[in-house]
Amino acid sequence: MSRNGVLSLLLAFVPFVAMCFSVALWDRVYPLVFGLPFNLFWLVAWIPLTSLSMWGVYHLWNRHEDSRTSPAGKEPPK
Amino acid sequence: MTPSVVAMTIIFGIILVGAITGVYAGFRRQMSLEQWTVGGRGFGLVLIWLLMAGEVYTTFAFLGASGWAYSRGGPTLYIVAYLTLAYVVSFFILPRIWEAGRKFSLHTQADFFQQRYGSKYLAALVAVVGFLFIIPYLQLQLTGLGLIVQIASFDAISRPLAITIAFIVVAGFVLSSGIRAVAWVSVLKDTLMLVAAFSIGIGVPYHYFGGIKPMFQALVQAKVQHLTMPGSTATMGHTWYISTVLLTSLGFYMWPHAFCSVFTAKSGNTLRRNAVIMPLYTITLPLLFFVGYTAILVTPGLKNGDLALLSTVRKTFSPWFLGLVGGAGALTAMVPAAILILAAGTLFAKNFFRPLFAPSMSDAGVARLAKVMVVMITALAMYFAIYSSTTLVGLLLFAYSGIAQFFPGVVLGLFWKRVTALGVFAGLVVGVGCDMFLIFTKHDPFHGLNAGFIALCLNLIVTTVVSATTVAEPDRFEEQVATAVAADAVM
Repeated sequence: MSRNGVLSLLLAFVPFVAMCFSVALWDRVYPLVFGLPFNLFWLVAWIPLTSLSMWGVYHLWNRHEDSRTSPAGKEPPK
Repeated sequence: MTPSVVAMTIIFGIILVGAITGVYAGFRRQMSLEQWTVGGRGFGLVLIWLLMAGEVYTTFAFLGASGWAYSRGGPTLYIVAYLTLAYVVSFFILPRIWEAGRKFSLHTQADFFQQRYGSKYLAALVAVVGFLFIIPYLQLQLTGLGLIVQIASFDAISRPLAITIAFIVVAGFVLSSGIRAVAWVSVLKDTLMLVAAFSIGIGVPYHYFGGIKPMFQALVQAKVQHLTMPGSTATMGHTWYISTVLLTSLGFYMWPHAFCSVFTAKSGNTLRRNAVIMPLYTITLPLLFFVGYTAILVTPGLKNGDLALLSTVRKTFSPWFLGLVGGAGALTAMVPAAILILAAGTLFAKNFFRPLFAPSMSDAGVARLAKVMVVMITALAMYFAIYSSTTLVGLLLFAYSGIAQFFPGVVLGLFWKRVTALGVFAGLVVGVGCDMFLIFTKHDPFHGLNAGFIALCLNLIVTTVVSATTVAEPDRFEEQVATAVAADAVM
């Protein structure tokens, strides 16, 4: 897999770490942020952040696909 | 007019508009099997977005999420995480599923298994498992619809009668127009749903506490431990959270009906772009949590948490608004129910009955049998909805634990050449068996882990080991790709 392909997989994994595996770190009530308990605030914040990550993933993946469909070994047309 | 008449009139008005939109969308189109199930495979970004969003916002989100926030507290947060993360997973697998669907004109999830593994018995097993676990999900929608009518009629219409009415409307809607209708009614449903979620999510805390912040301050004073995990449960701590989020986010696109909507897309890229936008749609869920949390303080002591949202709305607003919220809720039950029934009927007829019992049946015959099954399966779910008392979220989690067992077969099928039909068959049997055993013997969660997640791990191990020890078969997706490319080259 190309470098961009690997990078896009890693970037897609970030929301999983933030919203799922790290639960013990953010599952608490205090500090209240914008009036929300901290755990709820954290997850709500990660909704747009996930979308943003996926935007990055989308662009990395497109580059990965491009490099797959036009292999580097081929001579460019003269 | 009494309050109940006002509320009920508005609810049935909204249902009627929905039904007319649906029937009209299917009007004057020849309903071939292709058109009825996958809308002729021409849905662009907007329609596909509507269809997929239509599947997400079910009664589960509307009544179930607020209900769990009310009765369970902290563990409910898993819903926000799993919905958001499901789209991350979808980015990598849906375009591949779509490609296979397009290349081989697949209609159903079982078709996908049939094409990849070349075994009609595996495909039939997939169809049966899918069919079985659709029933609790459908039951969830009918139960929700029943609760709405019960509350909005101020308990004048009994639940069984309400569910029966729901059954007639939904079945009629599906039979007349297929998946295109569903996508268009989603427009109405989502508009109403957004209006309802925002106005009650902000309005209810504002009405009683002057805002969301003071509401949480009051709740922290009263029940601080309710807000973190395990909340008001004994077993739903962090291990449960992680295993449940993984199970449900991986299982999200394993639904038979999700395959149907993937096949309706115009291109794989449509699905990738969808995965970037869709997480934002999850933002309405916290609003529904607010209602559930407020209800703890203003409507305490409800036996059934799923009534929290509606009871609070009834207590806070005038009847016409209750009608509007009820109508939105009714459509959030009807639209997904229609999608589920459509998938289940087609699965049964096309992938179970025809290949095993009536190989000579025509496509038209399959479409007719699928329509008969629409009535049968809805009646079955109606029966369960009337006689069971599981919470809405409980029903969904049960359904997910079974559906997620398709994950190894689908994902290994797409990305691992060595996986075999026997491996997937064995993994699926072990996974579903283990899941049912743990749940029916009341061992869910098992040592803090979601039972479905344990079953999924076991399933993955069995699939891998059996595949590695059986003779590899050709990957039937790749094989055909090669011929298709060769044919293109010749032309």
